Amino acid sequence: MIMSGAQAVVTILEKHGTDVIFGYPGTAISPFYDKLLESSIKHVLVRYEQGAVHAASGYAKTTDKVGVCVATSGPGATNLITGIATAYMDSVPIVAITGQVLTSQLGKDVFQEADITGATAPFCKHNYLVKDVSNLPRIVNEAFILASTGRPGPVLIDIPMDVLKAEVDYLDDFVFDIPGYQYEFEIDKEAINKACKAINKAKKPLIIAGGGIISSGSKEILHKISKEFSIPVTYTLMAKGCLDDTYDLNLGMLGSHGTLVANKAVSQCDVLLVAGGRVGDRSMSNSSGAYLKKTVIHIDIDPAELGKNISVDIGLHGDAKDILMAIYSQLEKINRDKWFENKKTVEALDSNFKVSKGCVDPKDVLTCIASLSDDDAIYTTEVGQNQIWAANLIELLTSNKFVTSGGMGTMGYGLPASVGCKIGNQDKQVIVIEGDGSLQMSLQELGTIMQEDLDIKIVLFNNSSLGMVRELQTLKYDKRYSGVCLTKNPDFIKLFSSYGFAGSRLTNKENIEEQVKKMLSYKGTYLLECVVDKDNPTIYR
Amino acid sequence: MEQKHTISVLVENHAGVLSRVAGLFSRRGFNIDSLAVGETRNSEVSRITIVVNGDDYTVEQVSKQLNKLVDVIKIKVLDDNEFVGRELLLLKVKATAKQRAEIIQLVDIFRANIVDVSKETVTVEVSADQDKINALTGLLEPFGILETVRTGLVAIQRGSDCVE
Ligand SMILES: Cc1ncc(C[n+]2csc(CCOP(=O)(O)OP(=O)(O)O)c2C)c(N)n1
Repeated sequence: MIMSGAQAVVTILEKHGTDVIFGYPGTAISPFYDKLLESSIKHVLVRYEQGAVHAASGYAKTTDKVGVCVATSGPGATNLITGIATAYMDSVPIVAITGQVLTSQLGKDVFQEADITGATAPFCKHNYLVKDVSNLPRIVNEAFILASTGRPGPVLIDIPMDVLKAEVDYLDDFVFDIPGYQYEFEIDKEAINKACKAINKAKKPLIIAGGGIISSGSKEILHKISKEFSIPVTYTLMAKGCLDDTYDLNLGMLGSHGTLVANKAVSQCDVLLVAGGRVGDRSMSNSSGAYLKKTVIHIDIDPAELGKNISVDIGLHGDAKDILMAIYSQLEKINRDKWFENKKTVEALDSNFKVSKGCVDPKDVLTCIASLSDDDAIYTTEVGQNQIWAANLIELLTSNKFVTSGGMGTMGYGLPASVGCKIGNQDKQVIVIEGDGSLQMSLQELGTIMQEDLDIKIVLFNNSSLGMVRELQTLKYDKRYSGVCLTKNPDFIKLFSSYGFAGSRLTNKENIEEQVKKMLSYKGTYLLECVVDKDNPTIYR
Repeated sequence: MEQKHTISVLVENHAGVLSRVAGLFSRRGFNIDSLAVGETRNSEVSRITIVVNGDDYTVEQVSKQLNKLVDVIKIKVLDDNEFVGRELLLLKVKATAKQRAEIIQLVDIFRANIVDVSKETVTVEVSADQDKINALTGLLEPFGILETVRTGLVAIQRGSDCVE
């Protein structure tokens, strides 16, 4: 069928089940926006292009779909970059479509030209500049497969305006054929045998669950292995929610901001099974030596991760679920002496920090929210102390979801991500854990929430500072505070009310439960502003 | 232990592939010693021969990260001594009429060629491995080298093995 390039893109998006895209228009992408009018695809107009990628990321992480975002050429495209890099670091399947100046003008620095494929090459799983409309249908189809298979990631398609307008004979006959790209992997049986032998012989086996457990749908098999063979589990930030936090063999998060018991277990175990995680430097590092004197088995879908960050004895390349299933069938039930400590509900609560008058403790607020929120509530966080508190104090069930920027640590992620989460899950509670610094990085997205009439619960820990960096300056720079004070913040409740949102301020421990209940039962977006001490720490010593 | 490794990479002949490959090296902090690229018999496929300096970890990471590039079809780290490697050198050296004979003699010994002669210069072409190229350059140095142009290494496996 003869149609325009723009129409072909819309048609293929529909074919891949895209029902919503997040974007921001401009001249170069206009032919696409025009065709969108006749499509069933919903367009969510964000207030800043970075928000479009974060929203697509929140959407992708809480549905089984590829997130799609759109921007125009030049500044529209460059505004996507931080979002794309954030998605890349956390392996989120996203297709980003950008308009581009006319093919005949490429390379001439014309108005709103930016080399976006060059600029995003380091942060994209793959990207395309489409110069010939006859390749466009194939490329859009490929982009969806590349984004969602193997190790997921963002794929960008840059389309000059003349290519969007040009006619193409569209045939629905796509066959994926990239000789250098495989996404079905055979399991290395010999390596599995070796791994199982090691685990069966282990006296102190431990599993580190990474984000791959969530994205491969391996929560159940992980639980079975842990439970039936008495193997404790610790998780990276990206895998929070891989097991119920109340489950007794779940030792909590590992790493620089993790639980003591988890980190102790990592150094004491004799066989370590890392499943679906790259074990970034915030979790564990070669230099810490924690991996020494033990057998390390590493499962990852990306072979380049095997041996990259930690030394590995047995590398298992493939889908975490397939491999865990294979391992499960070969493990022996062994009575092992209990060698680890269980997680004290929240050891952070033992801190002797004294909360000032007029302030609340984020820990009390978060434990209260966790106990009163729905079992399938979706949490998003910003970056900073709020994120660490959320990761450590919200006890999740596997039915919950936890959406956060891990690898990149991008402030301003949580609010736009929540837009994507809510739009993909209208029937679920979506709760954002905010910091006053981060909130002001994506504040404009309140407009999107208003326009889309979304019901999002925003819990703001207002410590009038960039708390995480301030804490660093407390500990490592002799309390020389530089550039971390938000001495003048707006009245957030008034600000939210101008968007038509409700809100209340929490300054007293006594009111926590009542206020949290009020927020959760309110129909519509609600701000719970919690006044927090600047000195309230995330690290306890 | 740091040493040179020669990697043969087959890539799809798309625009931007070379910048992706080169970008990957600089981004990940791998040092390229040399890089040579050209079409294969199949016009849709190019071969890039890369020489990197690094330890075993680096080479493993280089090839794994290259493998992740969607345009990369195949990678082989060539075993030392298992391949024939050649670089091409073009060298312009000062030569008076009197010195020419001496230069020609040297060039003959190295089975190099003279590809251009002017009143004051001789231009030499040699295709050889690095050691030989360095040796010839060293011998011509006293005459006064004006310019050298050198390609990166291209390499092919010995025997019947192919990277195809
Ligand atoms: C885009 C971006 N800029 C800077 C940083 C560095 N950074 C990490 S945490 C943090 C402070 C966050 O402050 P806030 O959002 O108020 O949260 P808090 O730590 O107070 O909970 C900063 C500046 C970052 N992670 N992201």
